[in-house]
Amino acid sequence: MKYSVFAAAILSASAAYAETPELTVYTYDSFVSDWGPGPAVEKAFEAQCGCDLKLIGAGDGAALLARVKLEGARSQADVVLGLDTNLTAAAAATGLFAEHGVQAEYSLPVSWEDAYFAPYDWGYFAFVHNADAVSVPTDFKALGASDVKIVIQDPRSSTPGLGLLMWVKAAYGDEAPAIWADLADNVVTVTKGWSEAYGLFLEGEADMVLSYTTSPAYHLIAEEDGSKAAAAFAEGHYLQVEVAGIMAASDQPELAKDFMNFMVSEEFQSIIPTTNWMYPAVTPSAGLPEGFETLITPAKSLLLSADEAAALRDGALGEWLDALSQ
Amino acid sequence: MIVAALILGTLLAVALRAEAGRGFGASDWAALRFTLTQATLSAVLSVGLAIGLSRALARRRFWGRSALIALLGAPFILPVIVAILGLLTVFGRAGWISQILMIFGLDPLQIYGLHGVVLAHVFFNLPLATRLILQGWQEIPAERFRLAAQVNAGPGAIWQLLEAPMLRRVVPGALAVVFAICLSSFAVALTLGGGPRATTLELAIYQAFRFDFDLGRAALLSAVQLGLTGIAGFVALRVSDKDGVGAGLDRVLRRWDGETPLARCIDLAWIGFAALFLILPLSAVVVSGLSGLVLLGASVWVAALTSVLVAGLSTVLLLSLALPMAAAVAMGRSTLIEVAGILGLAASPLVIGTGLFIVIYPVADPFELALPVTALVNAVMALPFALRILVPRAREVMLRYGRLSLSLDMAGTPFLWRVFLPRMRAQIGFAAGLAAALSMGDLGVITLFADPEVATLPLQVYRLMGAYQMEAAAGAALVLLILSMGAFWILDRGGRWHAEA
Repeated sequence: MKYSVFAAAILSASAAYAETPELTVYTYDSFVSDWGPGPAVEKAFEAQCGCDLKLIGAGDGAALLARVKLEGARSQADVVLGLDTNLTAAAAATGLFAEHGVQAEYSLPVSWEDAYFAPYDWGYFAFVHNADAVSVPTDFKALGASDVKIVIQDPRSSTPGLGLLMWVKAAYGDEAPAIWADLADNVVTVTKGWSEAYGLFLEGEADMVLSYTTSPAYHLIAEEDGSKAAAAFAEGHYLQVEVAGIMAASDQPELAKDFMNFMVSEEFQSIIPTTNWMYPAVTPSAGLPEGFETLITPAKSLLLSADEAAALRDGALGEWLDALSQ
Repeated sequence: MIVAALILGTLLAVALRAEAGRGFGASDWAALRFTLTQATLSAVLSVGLAIGLSRALARRRFWGRSALIALLGAPFILPVIVAILGLLTVFGRAGWISQILMIFGLDPLQIYGLHGVVLAHVFFNLPLATRLILQGWQEIPAERFRLAAQVNAGPGAIWQLLEAPMLRRVVPGALAVVFAICLSSFAVALTLGGGPRATTLELAIYQAFRFDFDLGRAALLSAVQLGLTGIAGFVALRVSDKDGVGAGLDRVLRRWDGETPLARCIDLAWIGFAALFLILPLSAVVVSGLSGLVLLGASVWVAALTSVLVAGLSTVLLLSLALPMAAAVAMGRSTLIEVAGILGLAASPLVIGTGLFIVIYPVADPFELALPVTALVNAVMALPFALRILVPRAREVMLRYGRLSLSLDMAGTPFLWRVFLPRMRAQIGFAAGLAAALSMGDLGVITLFADPEVATLPLQVYRLMGAYQMEAAAGAALVLLILSMGAFWILDRGGRWHAEA
């Protein structure tokens, strides 16, 4: 009895909004933060949908999928935004997602044919460092041999963390465990999400952080600070395509589709570069903001297909855990 | 008994769900090894340092001594996340000590990993161990030291004849208690572990649960964790058996052996070191928290209110469990109930949480029940401590008033209201204060159940840290500190109000 009264008191607050249709979008933490795309996206979409858009930060990308699995069909989420191609096969296999039906002229480096997930931005993973750093490794072997301290993300909870796993796997295949064994003593800490890791790096807790080739643009454009750079790696850089999908159990399927179409529209896409600091999936008519031309372009782009990535994940995760728990 | 049913029931659920699956992989063994290593190191270091500190405290009388000893009780009700923020401010790579080191051109400290975890555990358990051992020191009658001085026994002889035998009796218990506490470390490993290398079993349970949604594996890990804590809890109870050192006349203790300048310096160093080690992180929280207070958004205040509600509910639950148990123990019906007490020591929050999740999941949405579940688990966790506080007094009340009341034909409810409860007030207040403070600061089971929109204050602090809003996190941590200490103080005082009569 006590429980239900107590729970009712807590929950009644959320029932008050029931009049206007409400679209709940689960996403990662940095998307909803004050400096992320969340506030601008919410304002722009609410101006046209006559609805209440609720963006909820549920950890980092991979934790997002675990969260949805945990909640199953009971989930309040209508749309999940922030998975990537390394997770889409596993996500589609849950049967929790519906087809999106979005059509767009994507400006991705790869062609796009996923019926369940539509892309909204993309970028290359890279290690970001201070531009005045004395020695910057140019590949994983050099990094492993150096005493450069790095912060990375946990592949079980974070899409950059999982991306790094796939990056090493795509570049080195069966040699990956040896690479991880060499990297183990460079890793200061493994964080749950991208935000923690990047924050630790900015605070000076490490020399390099796993992020994106586009991250220096943030410092350059938002802070007029050219002191951060991304290290170009000789093996090539792994590509991340960030996607969103509609929950099959959504009680607002039409609104969810509207949101997906809004996501690839000019308005949403022109918010992305200077808030999420990624390349937009559909380049806005005005082009990329000034400053993006200074970023490094990888000589070689690596990407495993969604099915390959899903097949390799558990094995690669095991190798990673074994190497780093020694 | 409800408690036994709760603990055993959830365990059964866990055991049924535990499946070989991927089996106990290399990383799970590493987690087991790490759990044991850090608990052993934490126990040895905490108790080792506590011996020196308690010796110094036992030998010296100085201004502020009782304040320092009272301060030793603070880490017990200090929210873990608050302490971690404080430790980071002092020992982090950009912390105070690192900044001093950098002035001298030295490398900054590196807090993440085994040593960070052990450091935090020593911070929490050094005071506890010191209190346990100090008690041993105070049990040596003052006459013994007087006699030692009369026969001109040197420090060596005093050590050999008086102090070493006492330590042999007290230290194993202290070691076992600290070891058992550190076994189920979760929040510390979560924030200071720094990756797979420093994963405790509790943390592995959380990861299996939240990252992989692998209930079978979470259950398997829970079973292992339960075995470990069960054994440790049992050993801790066993070795803390007591036989006294003999009675004295409660004379004021004077230590003639400690009056050499060298002994003074050593004791001063111990006390100074301990005071700094305990006070610096706390003052770091206050200093950095004050500037963060202005940054606090509505979400923090909502979380604070949620935490107050959870702590309140948890306290009510605790008392409604613990009081009947204490009364039953005092009346002699003890075996089964003491077993329940042991279970409470052995069960880890995440194991019970996992079990509850498995039980609730098929029938209801576990996330809607996040807060009541948290309150319930917190109450069970506080139960062993509450029983330790309540039982001795309950025995005394029964012994003194039981027969008189029976002869007056006063039993049942009137006895409860007129005799039993009024005389238990101070202890009830203390136990309630402890339960409220522990629940207020708990960052454990809530991490399993919380959905993105519900947060207790400790979870909100953790999320702010995650979003790297360190200043706001520090502000929220200060609020949490005030709430925890405030709840303890109000309830503890409330119990003693007008209780002198």
